[in-house]
Amino acid sequence: MQNLNARTGDAVVWLLLLTAPFWLPLTGGYVELGTEILVYALAAMALNFLLGYTGVLSFGHAAYFGLGAYGTAVIMKYVYVSTPLAMAFGVILGTAAAAIIGPLIVRLRGVYFAMCTIAFGQVFYFIAFQWRGFTGGDDGLSAWHREPLHFGFATLDILSSGKALYFFTLAVFAVAVGIMAFLLRSPFGRTLLAIRENERRARFLGIPVDRHIWMSWVISCAFVSLAGVMYALLNDFVDPRALRWDQSGNFVIMAVLGGMRSFWGPLLGAAIFIVLRDYISSHTENWMSFVGLIFVLVVLFFPRGLLGMVRRRLMR
Amino acid sequence: MTTVLFFNVFNGLIIGAFYALMALGLSLIMNLSGVINFAHGGFVALGAYIAYTLQPYVGFWGALIFAPPLTACIGLIIERTLIRRLYGRDPLYSLLLTFGLAFIIEDVTRLIWGAQGLQYQIPIWLQQPLSNSLFFLTGYRVFMVVIVAVIVAALFFILNYTRLGLRIRAGTLDLETVSVLGVNVRVLRNLNFGLGIYLAGLAGVLAAGMLGLQPTIGDSLIMPSFISIIIGGLGSLPGTLLGGLLIGVASGITTVFLPQASEAIIYVMMAAVLLVRPRGLFGEEGRF
Repeated sequence: MQNLNARTGDAVVWLLLLTAPFWLPLTGGYVELGTEILVYALAAMALNFLLGYTGVLSFGHAAYFGLGAYGTAVIMKYVYVSTPLAMAFGVILGTAAAAIIGPLIVRLRGVYFAMCTIAFGQVFYFIAFQWRGFTGGDDGLSAWHREPLHFGFATLDILSSGKALYFFTLAVFAVAVGIMAFLLRSPFGRTLLAIRENERRARFLGIPVDRHIWMSWVISCAFVSLAGVMYALLNDFVDPRALRWDQSGNFVIMAVLGGMRSFWGPLLGAAIFIVLRDYISSHTENWMSFVGLIFVLVVLFFPRGLLGMVRRRLMR
Repeated sequence: MTTVLFFNVFNGLIIGAFYALMALGLSLIMNLSGVINFAHGGFVALGAYIAYTLQPYVGFWGALIFAPPLTACIGLIIERTLIRRLYGRDPLYSLLLTFGLAFIIEDVTRLIWGAQGLQYQIPIWLQQPLSNSLFFLTGYRVFMVVIVAVIVAALFFILNYTRLGLRIRAGTLDLETVSVLGVNVRVLRNLNFGLGIYLAGLAGVLAAGMLGLQPTIGDSLIMPSFISIIIGGLGSLPGTLLGGLLIGVASGITTVFLPQASEAIIYVMMAAVLLVRPRGLFGEEGRF
């Protein structure tokens, strides 16, 4: 029964995502909003791989998101105009940075880990902010744009068609989410859960805990940088705000709002957060207060997230 | 060359004193309650703006005396109504809460006092350079260092020689036992939070005199404060103090030789400390 429920849930999610460009305009949304939700959902789900399934608190994921975005923009602007090449470079850049920083922090736990991820995240913000000649400083990198994708037999015009870009993003999202789901179901994923539930016991069982946390961290950051790549392609622009600390907070709140312990939770959280922010920022100048209020209310009243609450209700 | 070097070392010391003042407050709160107070930068800004509002009525010295405790009162109220509910839960939640608070405080500050930068008046005799040869040593800079030194000395006196300080230090080591021994832990954490915010408010008032007022005044100070704590070692207040001064001076010296790297050097130092000694210079082993 439970299995069946989960299957139905998956099917509903994919059906909604596949048809989104057709029903979103009817509800007052627009296709780009859907694409943005997918990008942030990918980032939040990637973060949740570490946060919800390994139990490690990272507050610096914006850095790798931003590195993916800057990697893409730099290739497109300075090196060679090719969407796949730029995408690959963005992901490699973010993943490599995470792999190098990982060993410095995986020995730390809890608040200390969180603080170090915040501080390291800020390094890249400063680089992006101060290296004006290369990264454009505060103004960011603009005056480049994504290119249509050629598959040999067909061309997907993601440049001028919003729907094409949506479906391309959805395809990237599906592949990334599929890999994450596969990893979580594998013995490796089960080991991560064991570490989350009881680190000491996992250690006594002979599991190399630090190495597993490092791998989980790198995998999580790799998918976050992929989300960053899609963010850059979506906006045809990137600036230091993509990798500032408040961005990291947004990813965490999305995961928590939707439900950290459920696979689709961060997707729901991202959808709600993006729609709310879009609505609030177009209605008031003091959107920062409202976003802050969302953080406070979620922590006080929905600490398990919406899906967590629904599941609890059903269990009873 | 020596003058330039001396100037930058001294300048670094002032900046380091700022970092240390903020970091000590953060550290106090983190040690006893396990809360990373992301809103600390917001409280710095609040302290500065409250001083700005008070100044016409009570003067420079009055503002210096009254603004930090008023900021601390706001901190006490926020602790009582919001942060207290999250003790004992995953640190994730208090982090998110203070994160949201940081947004709200910044926005409210902007709403009340405006987004434009404001000037903060300091007494004329403090603006004068001390001597002609050391033209960069204005009275205000020396004055700031003196104030920070006095406050830090007072803080360590309180922690080491008063009953409250004893309880705070004991609670840092084992809060449960302290509670069993009949100490009201809720009040203790409340007062401790207020003490931390007092330091943030004071940092704000002092910063206002040097940097002027802006809603984001605390933003540039909060990351270095985190790094002071990481370098000094979590759980150690003397470590935090040293960490702050160390990164301030290091970034001052770097300014002389490689100005672009003055910000980067503190991150390099953090990476080096984490690589060689993950618990920080004075951190206890196995605490985190």
